[in-house]
Amino acid sequence: MVTIGNGLAVRAERVSRHYEMGAAVIRAVDDVTLEIRAGEFVALLGSSGSGKSTLLNLMAGLDRPTGGAIFANGRNLSELSSLELARYRSRTVGMVFQSFNLLPRMTLEENVELPLRLAAVDRGERAPRVQEALERVRLEKRLSHRPSELSGGEQQRAALARALVNRPTLLFADEPTGNLDSATGESIMLLLKEIQQKLGMTIVMVTHERPLAERFADRIAALADGKLLTDGVNS
Amino acid sequence: MKAGDLGELALRNLREAVLRSSLTTLGVAVGVASLVAWLSLGIGLQALATKRLSNSGLFDTVIVTQRRNPQSMRRPPAESSPGKNARPLDDDAKKDFEQIPNVVEVYSQVRFPTEVRYNGTPFSTIVAGIPASARGNGSFDGIQGTFFSGPNADEAILQIELAKDLSAQPSSLLGKDLVVRYAERQALPPQAEHSSNSKNSDTSEGGFSIVPREKKLRIVGIIETEPAAGFGGFGSGRLLIPLEVASSLRAAQVNDLRDAVRATNGKPVYASLTVRAKSASLVQEIETAIKNMGFGTFSLQDATKSLEVFFRIFDMLLFIFGSLALAVATLGIINTLVMAILERRREIGILKALGAADRDVKQLFFVEASVMGFLGGVLGVGFGWLVGRAVTLGINVYLKRQSLPPTDVFSVPWWLVLLAIVLAVLVSLVAGLYPASRAARLNPVEALRYE
Repeated sequence: MVTIGNGLAVRAERVSRHYEMGAAVIRAVDDVTLEIRAGEFVALLGSSGSGKSTLLNLMAGLDRPTGGAIFANGRNLSELSSLELARYRSRTVGMVFQSFNLLPRMTLEENVELPLRLAAVDRGERAPRVQEALERVRLEKRLSHRPSELSGGEQQRAALARALVNRPTLLFADEPTGNLDSATGESIMLLLKEIQQKLGMTIVMVTHERPLAERFADRIAALADGKLLTDGVNS
Repeated sequence: MKAGDLGELALRNLREAVLRSSLTTLGVAVGVASLVAWLSLGIGLQALATKRLSNSGLFDTVIVTQRRNPQSMRRPPAESSPGKNARPLDDDAKKDFEQIPNVVEVYSQVRFPTEVRYNGTPFSTIVAGIPASARGNGSFDGIQGTFFSGPNADEAILQIELAKDLSAQPSSLLGKDLVVRYAERQALPPQAEHSSNSKNSDTSEGGFSIVPREKKLRIVGIIETEPAAGFGGFGSGRLLIPLEVASSLRAAQVNDLRDAVRATNGKPVYASLTVRAKSASLVQEIETAIKNMGFGTFSLQDATKSLEVFFRIFDMLLFIFGSLALAVATLGIINTLVMAILERRREIGILKALGAADRDVKQLFFVEASVMGFLGGVLGVGFGWLVGRAVTLGINVYLKRQSLPPTDVFSVPWWLVLLAIVLAVLVSLVAGLYPASRAARLNPVEALRYE
């Protein structure tokens, strides 16, 4: 597992993300410092507009902070070029979204293969890796199905397989159960927990559901109005 | 991303918007077809004009005359002085010209006035000797009847105006006989002091007499146009007969009087000889070689350059005109790709979240643009060729109705095919520049939020 020293997987140091809307400045994330240890399951908890998804996007390399620094994979993400940031997303990070974000015109197999194409993995190596990722989420028999032919839970599992196929060290999940009923949501959370424990992955999950965070996360970081309110081990 | 994956994803994207992609490709095809049709017309016309002019003998011909000093133009020398006089244009000179590399043929011009008798009625006209090589040079394309059956055949081809004079129904003349009355030169006995130099000569210093003769000829063909009229050709000849036959008649020609008073070494001397080169570009070196032998020459080689410049400009104008449709097609590509960005905004966000670099997104759009350009180019070349065929067909139907020989005014050389396809791809890539860079610049967070 890649760390940045002292067993840390990601370190956000006085990170800010401000947006200018005319004369007004929206402080989506404001001076947040947060450390995530390798192998940890951290929940970013907060209500809508608290800045938790923005912070997740900054740590995932999808966005750049307007202030502060984020260290991951041994480097300051703010200083990476666009190409280097794309490589970081491709090789180090796996992403799961609330709305699954599978490409509707591709089959499950093609959706899961997509990150391998983007990472220029050899064709011969792809099929076994796709198979392995789908087996991990127990969807190996749905290879040729399109997303519209799957249930919400299955789509999220497929998205999880896609996030895992490049064997990342960091998994970022943005409200992974937000579009699912509670039973299906729980099955996804159990799967995430299983992946964390079996693969030793670092998982950062955004949620607004405190019970879910308390049940599955090792640590909960609560945000409100872009600021970190509390950061503590989940008892 | 690997090139193969880029290609697969691009083709998949085009297939998914098959109607729009097809219409855009069709737009490119129409643009390329317009370009190909116009340019092939220009190239075809240039080829046609070059062929016709080349066949006319205007540009691949050198006219050779005997070089004379200025005094000899005014007054014939009283006596022969071989050391000072220019080399005579005789059979030896003719043989020397034939040995020059890239010379196709050397012949003298035989043209003389005559009286034609047909059905007992006399008609005055000009007879011209036609070399056997004229059969394949296009001058006799569209001939009614046939070309001469052989170089020594007692046959004649009539120019249509003469044929109309002879008969109200010119085609009925084919296969009929006519009689040509002409003035034959007969050598007079040479003067005693020059008798040893006179060999087989009818224009020796002894002079010649004129004897009226008749020759029966069979009409084998009628041509609408005056073949290869003009410089170095058979201009103003209305009755055309094989050159060998014309020479054997030893008919008195217009320059005989001048030659009769000029001193020669006793051999037949030509007023001029026509030297034909393999191509117009070789005229210069042949002309130089002949000048170095001590003869005067004349050619129209500079005119070919002017013709080339004219067609270059003509082709350029056609290219600009034909490109207008391609420019409109370019706007179609831009429109299609910009629409694709709007439709696939979220997809681009997903690709970026999964690790696609800006350049991957850019290349994806470029490949899509170039695939449309390539397919449009290939289709366009096909359409352009079909347009050319259709127009040629139409022109030939019209020409046939006008009793004119068919012609091909369109030419699609392989380099034009290649140029059109490459140009279509390049133009498509240029059209893809803006959409591709706009797609590449998309912020993944904003793109993922897009519904």
